[in-house]
Amino acid sequence: MPQETDIHGSAAAAYFRGNDMAKQHKIKQGISLYSLQEEYFLRKLDLEGCIATSAKLGAFGIESIGEQMMPGFPHLSESFYAKWHEWMLQYGTVPTCHDMFLDTKRYKGRLLTDDEMVQSIKTDLQHAAKLGCTVMRVLVSVKPEIVERCIPYAEECNVKMGLEIHSPFHFDHPWIMRYTEMIERTGTTHVGYIPDMGIYVKHFPRVMRDHALRHGGSEKIIDFACAAYEERVLPEYIIFDVGLMGGNEVDRRFAESLRHIIWSNPRRMLEFMPRIYHIHAKFYEMVDDNHEFSIPYDEIIPVLIEGGYEGYLSSEYEGNRWIQDSYPVDSVEQVRRQHVMFKGLLEQH
Amino acid sequence: MFDKYMIVEEGFRNVSENGRIVGFQVNTRLPYYRGLGVSMVEDLSLSVDGEKFPSELVTIVLRGRPMSLNEMETDYNERWEFGEIGTVIIRKNGGLTPESHKIDLTDRLRISYLPFPLIGHDTKELVLE
Repeated sequence: MPQETDIHGSAAAAYFRGNDMAKQHKIKQGISLYSLQEEYFLRKLDLEGCIATSAKLGAFGIESIGEQMMPGFPHLSESFYAKWHEWMLQYGTVPTCHDMFLDTKRYKGRLLTDDEMVQSIKTDLQHAAKLGCTVMRVLVSVKPEIVERCIPYAEECNVKMGLEIHSPFHFDHPWIMRYTEMIERTGTTHVGYIPDMGIYVKHFPRVMRDHALRHGGSEKIIDFACAAYEERVLPEYIIFDVGLMGGNEVDRRFAESLRHIIWSNPRRMLEFMPRIYHIHAKFYEMVDDNHEFSIPYDEIIPVLIEGGYEGYLSSEYEGNRWIQDSYPVDSVEQVRRQHVMFKGLLEQH
Repeated sequence: MFDKYMIVEEGFRNVSENGRIVGFQVNTRLPYYRGLGVSMVEDLSLSVDGEKFPSELVTIVLRGRPMSLNEMETDYNERWEFGEIGTVIIRKNGGLTPESHKIDLTDRLRISYLPFPLIGHDTKELVLE
């Protein structure tokens, strides 16, 4: 084949493919109100204020946590739900996802029985439906056999259950594979995934490093551990080395925390894309309007576009807990920046 | 998380009953990112100027409803909501002296998805109102 006609794989082909994608992708911008927890906790924003703020930032898909910002959950009045739908109309927002929890340890000394767990999740599904959500986040710790038992209720409520793939789990972790096996065996259309982008921590979050230093970590050891993370050294080895270096309690706990932070390949999402219902767009620190310190959205968003993802990028700001001891937290500004970045990346691809 | 907001700066004062000072109170929040059923608040231990108060002297008041830690353990309906201010009352005859005191508060919460209890801790120096 003459070289000039072979554009497959060339920069020109990528350019044209890129243009096609710009016309085709249907990724939408949203927020988990989890992001605004600091402001809500301190009563600087109420639920309505969080929704209004999100709309102003261009995050029109609203994910909510009943137990966080809906006092009295799960016993909410009809007038609450009516108000919720009024707000959605008023601010031009759309309910996306309800985040469930499962208090298996509600009773001291015994775990909930399987029947009690199913009942609790059923209540969550009903709440999600009343909010108008199409998706419910399932906590990663819930056993797959319990979720399987909930499938009929999810169908009844018309709410899809998305297992949160949360660090240190990832798509190929044996616990997640049990879910995938269940999904494939049952052929259900109501169980899938909500990957949390915290499984793509390419660079160790600076806010966590600085937090450890403020609380008595030794600079030399903390930086050693961070450098080892960059080299993808097994956490178990880093923990051992920190012990040998004579690390103090803070250093040791910092090294142990590396067990919970992972980098994996965003392209693994492609295989699972038809069952990815929602994305938790985790972030720790937007350093400016264009990039997050540790999670490479410029590598993630092209994968979502390539896979034909049509759901929301739901902001999940989690930097507050790492800075609140010493700095004022401005979650609204952090979310604003992330959405400026999303807009740019979504337009560019 | 939220540890530094556990002890609320306002509302630290003595408590009277029938004209006698029978204790003191401190306003507090839970160090967690969602509300929690009170049965999962395993412990709330408070000391003032190094003096510890055993749990039987502790009463928690949520929305006007007083509960002992024991009562909370078996109450499966009441919730301590996210960011909600609850009042901790400690029985202590004569209360505290009207000056600055060092308050130390540790909460232990039973979080279902964590294998270990969540511990929150805050210390503040407050002047009795």
